Amino acid sequence: MNSEIQSESILPNQDLPRSRSARDEVPPGREHHPDSPLSIHDMTVAYHRKPVLWDVDYDAPAGKLIGVIGPNGAGKSTLLKAALGLVPKASGKVLFFGQPYRSQRNRVAYVPQRESVDWDFPINALEVVTMGRYGKIGWIKPVSKRHRNVAMEALERVGMSDLAKRQINQLSGGQQQRVFLARALAQEASLYMMDEPLAGVDAATESTIVNVLRDLRDQGATVIVVHHDLQTVSQYFDHVLLLNMRMVASGITSDVFTQENLRKTYGGRLTLLDQAAEALARAGE
Amino acid sequence: MTTDRIIKQTWLFMMMVVMLVAAPLFAGEVEIQENISFVDQLLRTLSLRDYNTRLVLTGTTLLGLASGVMGTYMLLRRRSLIGDALGHATFPGIALAFMIMVAFGGEGKSLPGLLIGAAVTGLLGVGAVVFIRHWTRLKEDAALGIVLSVWFGIGVALMGLVQSMPGADAAGLESFIYGKTASMVQSDAILIAGAAVTVVIVCTLLFKEFAILSFDVDLARTQGWPLVKIDLIMMLLVTLVVVVGLQAVGLILVVALLIIPAVAARFWTQRLYLMIWIAALIGALSGLVGAGITNLFAGLPAGAVIVLTGSSIFLISLIFGSYRGLVVLLTRRVRLNRRVRYQHLLRALWEAGELKQRASQSQDCITLKWLLQQRAWSQRSLQRLLKSAQRKDLLLFDPNKETVRLTKSGEIEASRVVRNHRLWELYLIHYADIAPSHVDRDADSVEHVIGTDLVRELESAIADAGDVLRPPPSPHKLGVQS
Amino acid sequence: MIWDSTDTWIVVIGVLAGISSALLGSYLLLRRMSLMGDAISHAVLPGLAIAFLVTLSRDSVSMFIGAAILGVLTAIVTQILHRNGKVEENASLGVVFTTLFALGLILISLFANKVHLDASCVLYGNIVLSTLDQVSVWGWMVPRAAVVLFIVLLIDIAAIAILFKELRITSFDPAMADTVGFNPWICQYILMSLVAVTAVAAFEVVGSILVVAMIIVPPATAYLLTDRLLVMLVLSVVFGALAAGFGHVAAITVPIWFGFEDTETAGMMAVLAGIFFLLALLGAPRYGILGRLVYRVSLSLRIAREDVLGFLYRAEELRSDQAHSWQAGSIGQAVGISPSLARIALVGLHRAGQIVRHDRSWSLTNQGRNRAASLVRSHRLWETYLAKHFDLPLDHVHRAAMDLEHVTDASMQVALSREVNNPSIDPHGKPMPEAKDQENDPQ
Repeated sequence: MNSEIQSESILPNQDLPRSRSARDEVPPGREHHPDSPLSIHDMTVAYHRKPVLWDVDYDAPAGKLIGVIGPNGAGKSTLLKAALGLVPKASGKVLFFGQPYRSQRNRVAYVPQRESVDWDFPINALEVVTMGRYGKIGWIKPVSKRHRNVAMEALERVGMSDLAKRQINQLSGGQQQRVFLARALAQEASLYMMDEPLAGVDAATESTIVNVLRDLRDQGATVIVVHHDLQTVSQYFDHVLLLNMRMVASGITSDVFTQENLRKTYGGRLTLLDQAAEALARAGE
Repeated sequence: MTTDRIIKQTWLFMMMVVMLVAAPLFAGEVEIQENISFVDQLLRTLSLRDYNTRLVLTGTTLLGLASGVMGTYMLLRRRSLIGDALGHATFPGIALAFMIMVAFGGEGKSLPGLLIGAAVTGLLGVGAVVFIRHWTRLKEDAALGIVLSVWFGIGVALMGLVQSMPGADAAGLESFIYGKTASMVQSDAILIAGAAVTVVIVCTLLFKEFAILSFDVDLARTQGWPLVKIDLIMMLLVTLVVVVGLQAVGLILVVALLIIPAVAARFWTQRLYLMIWIAALIGALSGLVGAGITNLFAGLPAGAVIVLTGSSIFLISLIFGSYRGLVVLLTRRVRLNRRVRYQHLLRALWEAGELKQRASQSQDCITLKWLLQQRAWSQRSLQRLLKSAQRKDLLLFDPNKETVRLTKSGEIEASRVVRNHRLWELYLIHYADIAPSHVDRDADSVEHVIGTDLVRELESAIADAGDVLRPPPSPHKLGVQS
Repeated sequence: MIWDSTDTWIVVIGVLAGISSALLGSYLLLRRMSLMGDAISHAVLPGLAIAFLVTLSRDSVSMFIGAAILGVLTAIVTQILHRNGKVEENASLGVVFTTLFALGLILISLFANKVHLDASCVLYGNIVLSTLDQVSVWGWMVPRAAVVLFIVLLIDIAAIAILFKELRITSFDPAMADTVGFNPWICQYILMSLVAVTAVAAFEVVGSILVVAMIIVPPATAYLLTDRLLVMLVLSVVFGALAAGFGHVAAITVPIWFGFEDTETAGMMAVLAGIFFLLALLGAPRYGILGRLVYRVSLSLRIAREDVLGFLYRAEELRSDQAHSWQAGSIGQAVGISPSLARIALVGLHRAGQIVRHDRSWSLTNQGRNRAASLVRSHRLWETYLAKHFDLPLDHVHRAAMDLEHVTDASMQVALSREVNNPSIDPHGKPMPEAKDQENDPQ
């Protein structure tokens, strides 16, 4: 008897409530690329139930340099962290190369924001980069010469080989960022996810990093970069993902990076949505 | 030698030390028979040949070593005071274990039983800290305080009951609070040695894992390391150290051993494995010297003396530490000031030369009077500066005519200084919005900080900067800076 | 239970100690310096020993001066190590207080014949003994400890009353306090000296660790119950006093139930403080675990009810001319909740008079229909809003709207409608229910 209504509910223009548990499933009407390096299905992320990201649904194209753009607090960093499982997802599913993250770890490298670690830690640049290899080395085994060479090469690629033995707290901000980049390079991944690698770095570092990112792309890797500087977006990125709590637009930079979309992304806060998010957060306390 | 080999050898060395220090525990039994007749006298004498003395020294040294190693990780993870909560939280476990063992007809004072009880409530306490921090709006400090005081209160209350338990001899249980260093027996020392060996072996094997957990949790998680497990292993090791330390120095002072050597080691090095090694050394030294002193002067509380020894080493490290000790920082600052003064002088002389060249005057001599106008330096300090620069063969100063002239080497040095200075000025003019917080203006060479590419770019920004070795012209007007 | 004047005095002394500790502890907690209480209560030991050595007497005033000096010293040295020595804050605190404590122990044992203090007294205190040392106050024999603690309490209250404004502003925002002319350091050091003096006065009685319990636990308990400073002060004082009073009662009764003799009062005071904390941790209305659990359950119940209501409305909308029979199971399936939750939701709605039962089926009453219309209106307005602002497939806006409709109150609905220009249909082409009455109450 209710089958009629249920069958109607599949129609795209139907607003009958669908089962809540069905949120984790791939929604109908949107095809996901089976082997996109990163495909995010309907991901919602909340801190204390306050939504930070709503229903993001995105397939990263392979072999591109992708910029994640949006205002402060738009959830750009959260997008990367939640995709990698560093912060819990409220709902949704993320696949890397069509597989769950667990099985694809070695193909993914993550560059956190510089502030995320204690730069006073007693360790030098080379050792930080070597940590990128730890996942490949595995339990208990010490770091072998081969791994250290890979780390050294990575440092060389970012122009830091002469500072390999320098203590990390004696590096300038740009140099620290390059060390982080080198650490990701040492992971020899196919997908790089970088959280503001160009924030607060000097011009020389910026050009070094951008060149390295382009090299990576030219070698077939996919690079996703959280970026804050609108001036350089069209110059740096093939694809962009405009984000402000939700995905505003995504696609080839020249198509998507338009005044209209920027206005949607940056044009004032969506006060009502903010209010409702606050209410949700209060409700969830 | 590669870093890794050093690390490996360091660990091996530490293992050897542990074995060596622990050796008398096993060799000593023979001596006990030799010495048994005059043990009583020896206890009160200064002789360190006495077996018991050696037992105590071995125990405290190894305890210091193990707690130095674990304390380093706790310090780097900003968890120094977790040992405080852990130490206090062991107390109810001791009383409870005693009660349970007596209730089941046991002897009550079986050491393994008591220590297991201590470890259990200690870990429960750490769990409670994590729980309170996670589930309430209370911060870490309050969570630690609540656990350590309430657990200790439970311990005090239980101890009150233990005193009145029929047929139970609870005397000596209190030694867990104050420690009973002087009356340490062989089994105690062997226990400590076992704990020290465990700590060293596990930390050697898991050096990499502990390092990544301490430095960058996110990276460790994305690489798939089971963080909870690694963390648990680390906390178990800390618990082990605290629990065996209770016996030796008491619960409040074992906390000190977990903190002080690690903090002291931080002043000596900037390498992780060295820091662990130095902390272990300082811990061991505190144990050895502290227990030694106690042995010499009867009646002193050994735990307190050990801690105070550690504190003295800390004080020495704070002042003389080779990495960030106060003396090093101070000399670095003095040296920096001196270098800055030299640079100012050289730059002033160089610029004077440039001005005179432009005015086609003879550029041989610059007068003292002119120099005095250039900066806010007094006549006396300027003269002192000139004389010391002359000693370094940077310039020629004629005190009678009060004229100054750069030497050949002074010119080279001055040209370097001026070039750096002007590149910095250019850099700040062009890129100030990007970098100011990261600009180390005293860098020996601009290239080091901002990269050769940028330096080239800056140099070519000035039309006539053809010769890289010559400084580019100043971007602003030269002369008296008011 | 045998109760005599000693017991009364024990309770009085305990309550006095509890009140002063809890008062100061509240400020320490708010300044995130709870562990400073722990540190100071250990670090005053050498101050006491030196005071003994200098005056050769158990003179309270000199003891307090010694303690206050050491208390402030601890705070200052910790700060210096942290700022100038770049030692992590907790670690520098740890270095300072353990060192001072060790120093105190050594002084005591070195001059054991002159200093009548022993380590166990410092750790445990001795509340029973302290009632025996009595002095005459206007002809009444009162334990000296009670007099001392009373005076200390008066000092604490006076200091807090005088510095109430300053303490509040420096605890809340030290930087701001500095800019408006309240030196946060002066307040800090006054507070540290008060803590040191109180700790000394109290730890003769209950021992140093239990002073820590009294300083930290009652304020933490109060902090879970209120957001207001004054209420927090009052509550923590109450908890401190209750813990002290009932602590003694528990110490002389509870062990008897298990066939033991009585136990240490000081220990039981801390245990009682811990029990109060546990109760608040579980039961506090806003910050307690049970409270939040209950709230969460009631929230999901409300959401289930509203989903069922919305579902019935939409079903009516589709089949307005037909009778249909909806049962818990089929409704639950359609809404995506378990049959039992659906049944609970239906019962709740029925009781509220929003739905009625016909034979084996449910339908909306007029009241229920109004409420449902409002919900569906919120839902469709949100869909319109989201579709306007985001580039999303329509099935995606539906999901977000599912969450948002439950927190949308009347005023938000009006604002929302204005924002999307009062449409008459939603993005799916469904009619927008009229805003009939505004009894839309998200509670």
